[in-house]
Amino acid sequence: MALALLLAVLAPAGAAHAAPGDDQWGFRGLVRDGERKPVTGAAVAVESDGEVVGTDVTDARGRWEILGLAGPGTYTVVVKTGGKTYEVEKELVRSGTTLPVQNLVMSTSDAPAVQASLGDKLAQRAVSGLNLGLLIAIAAIGLSLVFGTSRFTNFAHGENVTFGGIMGYVFASLAHLPLLLAAAAATVAGAAFGYLQDLGFWRPLRRKGVSLVTLMIASIGAALALRSLFQFLYGNGTRSLTREDWGTVRLGPVVMPATSYVAMGISVAVLVAVGVWLKRGRIGKATRAVANNPALAGASGIDVDRVTRIVWVLSGGLAALSGVLLGVFNQVSYDMGFNLLLLMFAAVILGGLGTAFGTLAGAIVVGLCTEILVLWIPADMKYVGGLAVLVAVLLVRPQGLFGRQARIG
Amino acid sequence: MDWILNSLREIITPTTAAYALAAIGLNIHFGFTGLVNFGQAGFVAIGGYGFAISVTQLGLSWPLAIAVTLLLAVGYALLLGIPTLRLRADYLAIVTIACAEIIRFTLNSSAFASVTGGANGLYNDYSGWITGANPYPQGLVHLGPWTFTSTDLWIATVDWAVVAVVAVGVFLLIRSPWGLVLKGIREDEHAMLSLGKNVNLHKLQALVMGGAIGALAGILYVQPTSVQPFDFASRMTFNMYTMLILGGAATVFGPILGSMIFWVVMRFTDELVNAGVDAGLLDNATQGSQLRFVLVGAALVLLVVFRPQGILGNRTELSFDAK
Amino acid sequence: MPSDAILIADGVHRHFAGVTAVDVEHVEIPRGRITALIGPNGAGKTTFFNLLTGFDRPQRGTWSFDGTPVQGLPPYRVARLGMVRTFQLTKVLGRLTVLDNMLLGSNRQPGERLRNALLGVVWKKQDRTDRERAREILARFKLDGKADDYAAGLSGGQRKLLEMARALMNEPTLVMLDEPMAGVNPALTQSLLGHIADLRERGMTVLFVEHDMHMVRNLADWVVVMAAGRIIAEGTPESVLSSEAVVDAYLGAHHDTDLRSLIEEDA
Repeated sequence: MALALLLAVLAPAGAAHAAPGDDQWGFRGLVRDGERKPVTGAAVAVESDGEVVGTDVTDARGRWEILGLAGPGTYTVVVKTGGKTYEVEKELVRSGTTLPVQNLVMSTSDAPAVQASLGDKLAQRAVSGLNLGLLIAIAAIGLSLVFGTSRFTNFAHGENVTFGGIMGYVFASLAHLPLLLAAAAATVAGAAFGYLQDLGFWRPLRRKGVSLVTLMIASIGAALALRSLFQFLYGNGTRSLTREDWGTVRLGPVVMPATSYVAMGISVAVLVAVGVWLKRGRIGKATRAVANNPALAGASGIDVDRVTRIVWVLSGGLAALSGVLLGVFNQVSYDMGFNLLLLMFAAVILGGLGTAFGTLAGAIVVGLCTEILVLWIPADMKYVGGLAVLVAVLLVRPQGLFGRQARIG
Repeated sequence: MDWILNSLREIITPTTAAYALAAIGLNIHFGFTGLVNFGQAGFVAIGGYGFAISVTQLGLSWPLAIAVTLLLAVGYALLLGIPTLRLRADYLAIVTIACAEIIRFTLNSSAFASVTGGANGLYNDYSGWITGANPYPQGLVHLGPWTFTSTDLWIATVDWAVVAVVAVGVFLLIRSPWGLVLKGIREDEHAMLSLGKNVNLHKLQALVMGGAIGALAGILYVQPTSVQPFDFASRMTFNMYTMLILGGAATVFGPILGSMIFWVVMRFTDELVNAGVDAGLLDNATQGSQLRFVLVGAALVLLVVFRPQGILGNRTELSFDAK
Repeated sequence: MPSDAILIADGVHRHFAGVTAVDVEHVEIPRGRITALIGPNGAGKTTFFNLLTGFDRPQRGTWSFDGTPVQGLPPYRVARLGMVRTFQLTKVLGRLTVLDNMLLGSNRQPGERLRNALLGVVWKKQDRTDRERAREILARFKLDGKADDYAAGLSGGQRKLLEMARALMNEPTLVMLDEPMAGVNPALTQSLLGHIADLRERGMTVLFVEHDMHMVRNLADWVVVMAAGRIIAEGTPESVLSSEAVVDAYLGAHHDTDLRSLIEEDA
């Protein structure tokens, strides 16, 4: 949409605001102008199949609300102000994770209410995809490192991401810390969470000598327990991580919230730092040695247990950071990490299990595919695109783009 | 006392039967062949939707609808198995869970709502074939201390008959040389190859058979209620693993016992939660039900680590942890 | 050169990520004899084993077993031709009984096909035959007392024995043993040696990978030496073990071998 419609990205309503009664389907929104000032008295209508099903007029703060819609489906939100018409198509979905009421922020700043060209849409989607890809990469590198050092596929890694998202929400929205500070605090909390998981859980299991399949089953149990605990504590709602609004930035045809660019910057910086650390750092090199051959690394004086512990701390911290960034990019929900987990697996497999650099490339491919395919497939099937890429890769190149084949015997 | 009676009633409900059946299928994968399928919910979804759509949209008769549904499940198993079975165990785990989610997202999508009902699912007007044959008197039926609606009891009867037939079939299969080959594959694929066994073929057969049983379970699962996409979330598969390991993986009757205990405990904790809500300790029952799944997850971890052989499993057989 | 070869390989080449693991121009394994495949660590012996038995694929090369081309066949087809291997790290089926391990060694059981599985009439008779044969072989290997124990409960040496016993269920023509003595306690070594020699008496061909030169000298009729993926010498144990090239290959690669002392003994 050429009209800068930042759908549900920086919803103005915080948690308290976004708590309608059950089964109240509808939209709630904010209209503002180029100077980000509220637009009062704009006529808002919601249409379904060309029929108007609800109307409202924006109040002094630019807010409007149309509730009591029939249920899930595709709706068109039409805003008329200053002699111009702005339209956006929006779907209400019952997924068990999103609220029946969607928040919309619409701006009149980028006025041309004409259909954007495919090229423009592609550019917009590609930037979103890059953003998604980078934050998948941050989370997936932790997954990949844990796999590399202990050959363990952790199905509870998505919950580390959710943990970060929820901690980010707690620090930013409840404790009112500035966004960047909240992100840092959540990352530290995530690192501590990773450390505790290894200390209290995975390390004793490794010591006990349980098989990898047992660990895998234990990890789905842990994932289910944690996810349900998050759902219990945080609820079913989908909330913005922060109320901070940094405005939007237009680069050519691409309009994105400034926070997304900052998020991408942070992602790249973190990924470069991890990359350099793996290549140059003493522990980083030890990590790669352990990933190559744990027995040999142990024999040559590397403290495998310590390396594994550090990898868990790093993995927890990176996952939490990714959760914060995902919370800024999308919203925070109790299953945000689980949904991302499958895309992380796609990235890790695409890059070849256990290779950190392959994972980065894989993540960007998955992120781009997920976002770009939305141009052709329905929005509520967004993740299907990324998962389909995973399945397709396994059909063609099971060892991944950069993986090696293993020796038998 | 009511709590306990209400909970014990779960032993024979249709849901318990359907879960037991799906877990029997999963047991062929995981318990006997060592295939880590984290997407059994996908097979169950294919079963439920395949049947409902065949009957309501395509107007097929019920035997034909069952046949079509099972064929779909077989096709899906082949699609999953052929590319992934030659890879490491975790690839199959990842691909099965990913494909199960693809199925759920697709069924949930409003894009196909005209066929699948989208997020609302499909209203139940496909179970006439089973309810129509109900021999029990109309209304409420008393069975010991419990009361069932006539329909529920009839569906439960049919379900448990199916479970019994399948369980006996699986028992005989597992006792046969074919079953021994599956167990051998669970222990060591390379050893089996060196002994001249076509490992991939056997794994594919196991995947197809367990998946088809899962789809059959899906058909049973949706008979008493409507079809809802949310039911087929990954949680369904994880519940089945809990049942499987609770009852005893690699035993034929373990999944059945596991399903019974699972649902009794779930119902019992549900009653506890309701009491908690009444006493003002919990905000609402939905919240409480999340808490129950925290317990399920924790139970799964504890079981797989400390009692991997489950209740019915042979202690010696599973005390050697397969490395 | 052996006059009657059971296995003939030509131009077998395998490299991993640019490093050549196996590059064998030509080799023949004599029928009815015991052949030892020796060489320093990393010489490519196990990789060559994997290639010959279909567990790994070479970049190029052909080989035939008993006149039948085998390259490109999946491992289970190779095994069914009568070419059975064991592994360096024993692969017993731990959570199955010793007897079940043995039954799986048989390839004559029609009940292993899914369509026959429920038809007891089809497979019961073969099952009885297999059980009888399994008990016979187990008795030969002194494992008959353990028939109903789980294989995971066996000692390292007993596992080696079980693996060998299991391989015999099919009456193979060629038995390929990858380091049969590795990790076996000395008390069992002698009996293992006896069993291998016994295979030859029963008309089978044996090819084994080994580091222990005493064993090679005592047991082998023919020795093939590999180094850096190539075959650098072959011949009778006496001629090969006194060859300078072989000694160099060993001493160059790892010097803890007892080869030198062996040759001095001979002199």
